[in-house]
Amino acid sequence: MPHNSLLAALSLAAMVASGTLPADIAPARQAEIIYLLKHDCGSCHGMRLEGGLGPALVADRFADWETNMLAMTILYGRPGTPMPPWRPFLSDGEAHWLATQLKQGVRP
Amino acid sequence: MKPALSLAASLLLFCGHAIADCLTRGTGDLGIVIERAAGSLQIVDTTAHQSLFRVEGLGDLSHASAVYSRDERYAFIFGRDGGLTKVDILCGKIVNRVIQGGNSIGGAISQNGSLIAVSNYEPGGVKIFSTQDLSLVADIPATEVTDREGKRKGSKTVGLVDAPGQRFAVTLYDSSEAWIIDMKNPAEPKIQRHTKIGALPYDALVTPDGRYYISGLFGQDGLSLLDLWHPEKPPRLILEGYGRGEQKLPVYKMPHLEGWAVAGNSAFLPAVGHHEVLVVRQGDWVETDRIKVHGQPVFVMARPDGRQVWVNFAFPDNDTIQVIDTETLTIIKTLKTGKGALHMEFSPRGEEVWISVRDKDEVQVYDTDRLELTHRLQVDKPSGIFFTARAHKTGL
Ligand code: HEC
Repeated sequence: MPHNSLLAALSLAAMVASGTLPADIAPARQAEIIYLLKHDCGSCHGMRLEGGLGPALVADRFADWETNMLAMTILYGRPGTPMPPWRPFLSDGEAHWLATQLKQGVRP
Repeated sequence: MKPALSLAASLLLFCGHAIADCLTRGTGDLGIVIERAAGSLQIVDTTAHQSLFRVEGLGDLSHASAVYSRDERYAFIFGRDGGLTKVDILCGKIVNRVIQGGNSIGGAISQNGSLIAVSNYEPGGVKIFSTQDLSLVADIPATEVTDREGKRKGSKTVGLVDAPGQRFAVTLYDSSEAWIIDMKNPAEPKIQRHTKIGALPYDALVTPDGRYYISGLFGQDGLSLLDLWHPEKPPRLILEGYGRGEQKLPVYKMPHLEGWAVAGNSAFLPAVGHHEVLVVRQGDWVETDRIKVHGQPVFVMARPDGRQVWVNFAFPDNDTIQVIDTETLTIIKTLKTGKGALHMEFSPRGEEVWISVRDKDEVQVYDTDRLELTHRLQVDKPSGIFFTARAHKTGL
């Protein structure tokens, strides 16, 4: 856990440094990420994110999660389970933005 | 007597009126295509390459699948929201719909056509219904496990298929089990439970003869094989040496074990975490070859004559289909369909294959001899394609 939060802090610092904070994501790219969420995350989490092989990705589930932890789970996946790392397809800033959406509750 | 008679007469009249919109024809060349985002489906004519009806109101159809009644008139559709819907494909109408569970993944129809079994993610378990009126016949809860948060929950059930002898077979993802459910006496289901079949079994299939039930494993190499002729015997691990010592690649969509792609004595299977199709010799179940392919295979399907195997791929390679020649074990064609090639279905004798291409909102039909696109049909975010010929195949 401390290890993870250190990583999270580092990644946030990196995001600030690289200027990829959520505000920087163009609307067209945001729409692409939501499409990815619906169809590609949806293939395991359900297209309405209500759960499938993977758990439901709904706001109340993430109430106690730090946005950064959520972004890290998306970027690095969960080894030993089918949850894959999305790092090849999402930048740190994009994962952070997606995590914010999930915490707020998004129904793609 | 008299009022009853006139009631019957008016019912008849009413029915006569109601069926006026229905088609009078055979259904052997019909099928359905799921529109996953809209919660609807299209009924298609595979001879005319035309859509006949669009049926709406089927709920959440992400990952939906379907089976057919033995008269090939009704399709039973299993939706993600736990909905089980019976559709009359000659009338293009929903005739019955129940919400049977929280989150379902698929189902099967029994050998004699009288029962429909549905497997659920939440709450995990199998429910069995009468195909007549979708009334509940049996409710079989899954083994309980403790999840990440320490809560008790039923294991997710996957890979539910029918098997000869009015039986169903199902795999339990969280508790690593395979069950054989004998429904000869519907009032008293008999369950044979096999435990410790291997880590994270994610899907399963039954061979077309109904003899072997094979569960794919995500958490370890190999597959688990049950011999349904000897249901009391424990399952065997096959291909356990596969991929040993090799780094696994991430999997962005789970492979599907649907049907058994066979050519001669060889079966073709998607590898997990390797961009390869495995070739397995039936009988002694040893790996004889591996064919390098374009990405993580999702569906590996044999043309009905066994001469070709068609493969689609997980994200981010889902714009591609590859065709393998089963004699030379080489790729003879790589097709670029557009993004989201999600499912394939062969015509019953294999001269055509229909492919869903999600991002183009179309189904593409290919001539399997010339390997060329011949028709396109407009379908909103198409996913599963199911032709009525499945009605007479064990496991489909
Ligand atoms: C190939 C299947 C698969 C895909 C695709 C997938 N996930 Fe997952 N995901 C899982 C599984 C399985 C778990 C549960 C892992 C476990 O057992 O802890 C999970 C867990 C998670 C969790 C942790 C949830 C929790 O409550 O523990 C998050 C967050 C998550 N996924 C987000 C995503 C996002 C966002 C995407 C798309 C960018 C995605 N996943 C795509 C399979 C998948």
